[in-house]
Amino acid sequence: MFSLAKKDLLSLGVFALIVLAMPFWLSPLGAAYPALMQKLAIFAIFAVGFNILFGLTGYLSFGHAAFLGIGSYTAVWSFKLLTMNVVPAVVFAVVMSGVFALAIGYLSLRRSGIYFSILTLAFAQMSYSLAYSVLTPITNGETGLLLVQGDPRVLDALFAEPRQGLPVPTLLGLDMSGYAGFYFCAAMLVIAFYLSQKIFASPFGLALRGIKSNQTRMNYTGFNTRPYTLAAFVISGMYAGLAGGLLAVTDPLAGAERMQWTASGEVVLMTILGGVGTLVGPVVGAWLIKYLENIFSAFNESILQRFFSFLPDGLDTFVVTVTSKFVGDGWHLTLGLMFVLVVAFLPGGIMEGIHRIVRSFQRRGDREPDGSLKAQPAE
Amino acid sequence: MNVIFAQLLNGLDKGGAYALIALGLTLVFGTLGVVNFAHGALFMLGAFCAVTFRYLITLETVTVDPEKLSPWGAPLEIRTPLAQNWLGDFGAVLIDYSVPISILLAIPVMLVIGVVMERGLIKHFYRRTHAEQILVTFGLAIVLQEIVRSVFGANPIPQPAPQDLRGAADFGVWLGMAPNVLTYPLWRLVYFLFSIGIIGAVFAFLHFTTFGMVVRAGMVDRETVGLIGIDIGRRFTIMFGIAAVVAGLAGVMYTPLLPPNYHLGMDFLVLSFVVVVVGGMGSLPGAVAAGFLLGILQSFASMTGVKAIIPGIDQIIIYLVAVVILLVRPRGLMGRRGVMES
Repeated sequence: MFSLAKKDLLSLGVFALIVLAMPFWLSPLGAAYPALMQKLAIFAIFAVGFNILFGLTGYLSFGHAAFLGIGSYTAVWSFKLLTMNVVPAVVFAVVMSGVFALAIGYLSLRRSGIYFSILTLAFAQMSYSLAYSVLTPITNGETGLLLVQGDPRVLDALFAEPRQGLPVPTLLGLDMSGYAGFYFCAAMLVIAFYLSQKIFASPFGLALRGIKSNQTRMNYTGFNTRPYTLAAFVISGMYAGLAGGLLAVTDPLAGAERMQWTASGEVVLMTILGGVGTLVGPVVGAWLIKYLENIFSAFNESILQRFFSFLPDGLDTFVVTVTSKFVGDGWHLTLGLMFVLVVAFLPGGIMEGIHRIVRSFQRRGDREPDGSLKAQPAE
Repeated sequence: MNVIFAQLLNGLDKGGAYALIALGLTLVFGTLGVVNFAHGALFMLGAFCAVTFRYLITLETVTVDPEKLSPWGAPLEIRTPLAQNWLGDFGAVLIDYSVPISILLAIPVMLVIGVVMERGLIKHFYRRTHAEQILVTFGLAIVLQEIVRSVFGANPIPQPAPQDLRGAADFGVWLGMAPNVLTYPLWRLVYFLFSIGIIGAVFAFLHFTTFGMVVRAGMVDRETVGLIGIDIGRRFTIMFGIAAVVAGLAGVMYTPLLPPNYHLGMDFLVLSFVVVVVGGMGSLPGAVAAGFLLGILQSFASMTGVKAIIPGIDQIIIYLVAVVILLVRPRGLMGRRGVMES
């Protein structure tokens, strides 16, 4: 049941190694601090989960951030009411977002294509507006849900004396901040990746791919596709809930802006940038975007001036003014441009780019290039 | 009765904006078959045409008058707008009416932006899937709004309505009620009439000109129109420009009601997509009707009486309607049978 094909096992091993060794290979890139690495791991989980829905079934959800937000809120409530232990928080986050995904998915999956996108968008916007306004007792509205000194924490109160100051989330007595938090998220990412490998290789995954390539044909062969798409939707919603729960674990607060539709757009972009429907693609996309976001928004004019100081006098101020529009606050401009360019020129994302490069090298290596085009199936 | 009438009126201006944006979206979808997520950004660009125009026309000269002193004892600075210097009283009127006059600036600017956008980017996405169209236009919308932010800053920039149109109209008197029973801000009335005018103009253009006839024929069967030897692609490009102008004008006139900021477009886009879906994908009358309908519904939902019964309904009513419509009647109120019905 838990076995993998040899090739998958190898890639899982390599992947786990890369993830756990992040502090080492990220330090020359100037990104080896825990807060960022936690984010990298968490958003990779989010994107991997989104890819199970979008990559395998082709259903483009524009409201996945809602599940992220629900996961965060649930985890913070678990911290407030029960215990600072992270295990129940994460479990509740996953379960709760799964329940919501079941309800929303059950309704939304009655439609496909753009209607599905708009339905998910509508549900996400509804959750967002409600979290901001009416549900303030649960979500604490604009301020966001925070831990406070007077929280009951029923289970903690039974077993331990309350500490001074605000408690932090713990696992087996280990504070989930800094590197411990990162390794917890990294472990979760490896597990999430393993599960996604299992899904990709399973008959269930094959059925999902069949739905993507031609749902009508699947239906005509007597195959009821609805339970399959719903299962994919719920699974990817649970991944998002896990990511949201982990966000709350590493930093115990939850705000409604996590559910906004631009956040949903971001995960779509991560998946597309990396490569839709590939295993590693979403992880690569998430890492790249979060890394660039971090680096680019830290830049300011003085850094740029130092960077471009080798240019002649008039030119360097010009270059600095132009480039400064793309960094710092202007990071979103770069993001948008990247979005347009990737969708326009590289719809398969970075993974497709890598494949193209590899293929062109292979062709050059052969003495006799194959030359013949791949056979096109008749429409 | 009066309360209901007041809410009905309140919904009209917002409904007008929804209708105009949805009309443009539907035009683009009906002609080019492209789902344009950057349409809200066009609305926002229109609003910033008004901002730019006002900025240009209120450029000032500063002269220091050493004779007079300001209350702080420094020489008094006298600021006179250049337009007033050159044109006298007419210049002052020009400044006062800057919002409606900036329509003249917005029309060519938006037309050019629309055509460039279509030729430069959207053209390459006719044959791609709807998902990819959504994604690329979504990216474009981000780019446009970030450019606006880097030029105009992140804060909303209030635009005053002309002095004469700033007050409230005593609407009740016109209907034979007592004075001050039913008043309505004048500019909202202007906006409503303006949106009706634009909608009428678009429909007249489509129905009473040869160009419009060809476009309508192309919407029904693009291939056949092409076979007759008509360059339908070029006309569709122009229609995209016109849709951009409609969105832009909606934005220009909306500025006194809501100070524009850079994410104005995104805020309206989601709502207007919902409007399009409720009206029925590809149906122009549907888009207009649904725009006003949802605007009015929203204003009814924000009545305190309604909010007391169902808290938070004002925030989600539009989405709720969209969900119900999509699940029960996916082709919307007036959509054609078979168009995007699955």
